[in-house]
Amino acid sequence: MNVGAPEPVIQFENVTLSFGDKPALENISFSLDRGETMILLGATGSGKSVLLKLAMGLLAPDSGKIFVLGQDISHMRDLDLFAVRQKIGMVFQEGALFDSLKVGENVGYVFERMPEVNAAEAERRVLEALRFVGLEHTVGLFPSELSGGMRRRVAIARAIVAQPELMLYDSPTAGLDPITAKRIMTLIVKQRDLRQVSSLLVTHRVQDAWKLALSYYDPQQDKLVTMSRNGDSKTSFLVLREGEIAFVGSLSELAGHTDSYVKKFVT
Amino acid sequence: MGLVDDYAKHRILAVQDFTLLSTRTLQSLFRSPRYITDIIQQMDFIGFGSLPIVVLTGFFTGAVLALQMAKTLATFGETSLTGQLVMLSLVRELGPVLTSLMVAGRNSSGMASELGSMVVSEQIEAMRALGTDPVKKLVAPRLIATVIMLPMLTVISDFIGLFGGFATSFFVIRLNPNQYWYSAYQALEYEDIFQGLLKPFVFAFIVALVGCYYGLRTTGGTQGVGKSTTQAVVAASVLILICDFFITKLLLWMLG
Repeated sequence: MNVGAPEPVIQFENVTLSFGDKPALENISFSLDRGETMILLGATGSGKSVLLKLAMGLLAPDSGKIFVLGQDISHMRDLDLFAVRQKIGMVFQEGALFDSLKVGENVGYVFERMPEVNAAEAERRVLEALRFVGLEHTVGLFPSELSGGMRRRVAIARAIVAQPELMLYDSPTAGLDPITAKRIMTLIVKQRDLRQVSSLLVTHRVQDAWKLALSYYDPQQDKLVTMSRNGDSKTSFLVLREGEIAFVGSLSELAGHTDSYVKKFVT
Repeated sequence: MGLVDDYAKHRILAVQDFTLLSTRTLQSLFRSPRYITDIIQQMDFIGFGSLPIVVLTGFFTGAVLALQMAKTLATFGETSLTGQLVMLSLVRELGPVLTSLMVAGRNSSGMASELGSMVVSEQIEAMRALGTDPVKKLVAPRLIATVIMLPMLTVISDFIGLFGGFATSFFVIRLNPNQYWYSAYQALEYEDIFQGLLKPFVFAFIVALVGCYYGLRTTGGTQGVGKSTTQAVVAASVLILICDFFITKLLLWMLG
């Protein structure tokens, strides 16, 4: 590795994964540097969620190597993966909150495996995370008592509570109304800009991708502010087509791409 | 031929997966953390929750056994042996098997549907992402709770079944109560109690592991949850009956 070169938080090297005879991902190579954001676009079934699960170590590749935060997690056991996963926050498609636990318990779940964090500190951090998503008052409620958008916000709180170095978002706005979707995107940009966390975000909503690339969070106004048309240089795009990379590059490169499939994500 | 090959391959893979899950569960019993609260919650749900169906099943099994036995014994003029036959049938066979089948119907299905729902809503993956081993957190407490509670439920079922038999003997057959209880008590030997407790102990592994196995391999959304639930009950029930035959055969050979 070159001295002074940015350190990749995620690096995929020729990763291939099949389910039965059907390849879900084929020969995927890319890297995401520290402090940067990558947006994964692609049609349904193109392998976006599978890629995210590989990055979290929830699936193992058939071939190729995956490095996360400097560690080769390609074939690591669950037990050994915990140290890596502690530094990653993941927001699942439908939130994936535990039905049997209250909101506060859901958010503080990760501290069960972190004896170094005492109960008082865990409670403080749970409340802080819930305050960040504007849901401090729901701490004693069950997920079934919340709306879909609130559940998604609690999922974000659960993902950020351990102050991760990397955030993985799996279609965080899927199935939500535009107002709630905007609120969720604001939280994601806020998390990115206030805490300088690297993020990998899966979406099939082009407007979310654009919002992430073209906005920044202004703490004074407590809202998103649009930046120049070329967007943030720290945001890149990866477009998947049937398990293969169709495009990887910056917003301006994406906007100028001629491939008809890739162009669908620009217009 | 391809279809036969595919079917055989699927069956063998299923056996392999089930063996792996069982092994991982047994290994996890010796590792920390221990989810004591989860174990107690499951004991309450599996044990106390199953009590009404087990009591009802036990009572009416004993009652109908007494009816049938008394009718057959009457042809030899030996209705006084009704208690003995009810006792032996219940303690050796019907108590353990029917209790286990009832518990399988209620709890294997419950485990399959609960874990299946967690799989399709990505809660299992979220659990792994948050550093918890789902086998340790979900399967092991259910197994421990079933292994503790099923033999206890069987004892209760046997006892209530004896009362069912007594109720029939006293109110329908008009047998002397002392005769019923005396012949029942005299017939019972330690081997019978051993047999009657060993079976639910083994069946508990089937009830818990089959239910969890089908739950954790659920695919295909809510429809898949329904399918897993049905498969869990059918597989657990059939396995209980098959194992019952082999345990009985083995014990008869060992104990004479």
